[in-house]
Amino acid sequence: MARIDLDHIRHAYSAKATRPEDFALKEVHHTFEDGGAYALLGPSGCGKTTLLNIISGLLHPSHGKLLFDGTDVTDLSTQERNIAQVFQFPVIYDTMTVYDNLAFPLRNRGVPEKDVDRKVREIIKMIELEDWAKRRARGLTADQKQKISLGRGLVRSDVNAILFDEPLTVIDPHMKWVLRSQLKQLHRQFGYTMVYVTHDQTEALTFAEKVVVMFDGQIVQIGTPAELFEKPSHTFVGYFIGSPGMNLLPVTVEGTRARLGGQTVNLPGELSSTERADMELGIRPEYVRLASDGMPVQVTKVEDIGRHKVVRASIEGKEIAAILGEDEELPADPRVRFDPAGINIYADSWRVDYATGRGA
Amino acid sequence: MDKTWNNRAWFMVLPVLVLVAFSAVIPLMTVVNYSVQDTFGNNEFFWAGSEWFQEMLTSSRFWEAFWRNIAFSGIILAIEIPLGIFVALNMPKSGWGVPVCLVLMALPLLIPWNVVGTIWQVFGRIDIGLLGYVLNAMGFDYNYVNDPLDAWATVIIMDVWHWTSLVVLLCYAGLVSIPDAYYQAAKIDGASRWAVFRYIQLPKMNRVLLIAVLLRFMDSFMIYTEPFVVTGGGPGNSTTFLSIDLVKMAIGQFDLGPAAAMSIIYFLIILLLSWVFYTIMTNYDADK
Repeated sequence: MARIDLDHIRHAYSAKATRPEDFALKEVHHTFEDGGAYALLGPSGCGKTTLLNIISGLLHPSHGKLLFDGTDVTDLSTQERNIAQVFQFPVIYDTMTVYDNLAFPLRNRGVPEKDVDRKVREIIKMIELEDWAKRRARGLTADQKQKISLGRGLVRSDVNAILFDEPLTVIDPHMKWVLRSQLKQLHRQFGYTMVYVTHDQTEALTFAEKVVVMFDGQIVQIGTPAELFEKPSHTFVGYFIGSPGMNLLPVTVEGTRARLGGQTVNLPGELSSTERADMELGIRPEYVRLASDGMPVQVTKVEDIGRHKVVRASIEGKEIAAILGEDEELPADPRVRFDPAGINIYADSWRVDYATGRGA
Repeated sequence: MDKTWNNRAWFMVLPVLVLVAFSAVIPLMTVVNYSVQDTFGNNEFFWAGSEWFQEMLTSSRFWEAFWRNIAFSGIILAIEIPLGIFVALNMPKSGWGVPVCLVLMALPLLIPWNVVGTIWQVFGRIDIGLLGYVLNAMGFDYNYVNDPLDAWATVIIMDVWHWTSLVVLLCYAGLVSIPDAYYQAAKIDGASRWAVFRYIQLPKMNRVLLIAVLLRFMDSFMIYTEPFVVTGGGPGNSTTFLSIDLVKMAIGQFDLGPAAAMSIIYFLIILLLSWVFYTIMTNYDADK
């Protein structure tokens, strides 16, 4: 296991890249702590897989250094880095048996056959393919194949880190849940450093202790699931995490008040800087209270999605979503109030800290 | 199954049946007709039964040509398949090198058989041929006109030059269809270059290799034009393959009956051997 330091890593797929938009990875400067379980979350094309391949050594970064436990490994090969990686689509050696597939990474490294056998039996049991051990891997279903890929990633116990690149995409929902819990359990048991790439927020939030949200080639926020929810540091995080995403309303800020059209909202504190003109107020639907007093809104739609209702409305001509509990009723003349605990102010899409009051 | 059955659909395959009848079945039947009769011209035929078949199957001339053919096919397969795989593995996968290599590889395949024969016939001549002259000047006693071994070497090298490209192109097609993830996974798993070949590339080339072996076997077993142009079957009978012998018999000696019998035996042999190859290779391929 190792601590992984990404030291000002940038990457472009073209050798001639100069402009920032040519870079698939703009600049990543971050540390994955030894034994941490991280999720890299972001939409397709945001650079997650690029970052993962740089860590495993399949890609050499255009700029920057990579360190494992303080040792520079930027120029080392994948094999020398001793990393396990599981890919999005199953990769199996289809002329080998299931057993041999799992033994392959160990045998390649000259592990004694006695240890190979013990380790393979343990993994094959975990992925529930004991009955298939002696079968050739060719005839298996997609999720069985992916379980083999997963197993090959987990079979070596001495790896520096295990990287997962959307490994559960082809697996059916129930099995997904089972495998994810097994991964978490493995993490707790052996303390692997794990980095898990996904574009599925549920997957990221349930798997990881720390979620790294990426957008457009850069890391926009690193935090626990609760931090991502309560204090999204970029409007993208607000929008991407949560369902529905955070409401964003253009405002002007004066002291501890924000002016939203003709309405005034009290902020929980004074902002550390108020110079910016393009300010937005972000509030999650969970913090928008529908009541009989407050700011006037026009309700346009109510979506019942089971555990709660999503109320779509417009305030001062802007769309806003609010969550209404299953048992709550929509008031006859609905108005809204914003819970101060959930109010965040953004300038140029980035969150502005409060100088006083909550969250300073 | 609630499929609609409509027997009128059979009319749709009628044109193909007619075409195949005229191009394959009827000519084949003429040969069958010749093979069981004797003729002295003037359209007079006498029933000969299995006489020509017996004659063929007991003639040492036939079996010698047959074993020459087997040896030839065996040797060229043993060279062209590994060489083709080796070249395909070393071809570039991207960049400007790809079209260049593909065109270079396709060139020998575009040259007509008899031109290939002529090229090598001239190339190997000891008086004016680049190869023959240079070899002799360097002190090698090379002469494909006199020495059976030199004649064989020339014919084999010519075939390798002409047809390895086909194996290369087929294998290359198999190789480029392998997703990058396989190579990445192999790196992660610490696989050696050999293991990558053995467990990723070879299994993925399996099917195209089957086609390559079949095509090269059938083609080489039927080879006629190139050795005919270069050596004319000589020196002596040393490069007289079945097809050359057949033409000698049918057109040179005008022994239509034996030649027809030989054609049929020849055809059955190719059919049988191709079936054997196919069965062995598909069985190997199948899940056990």
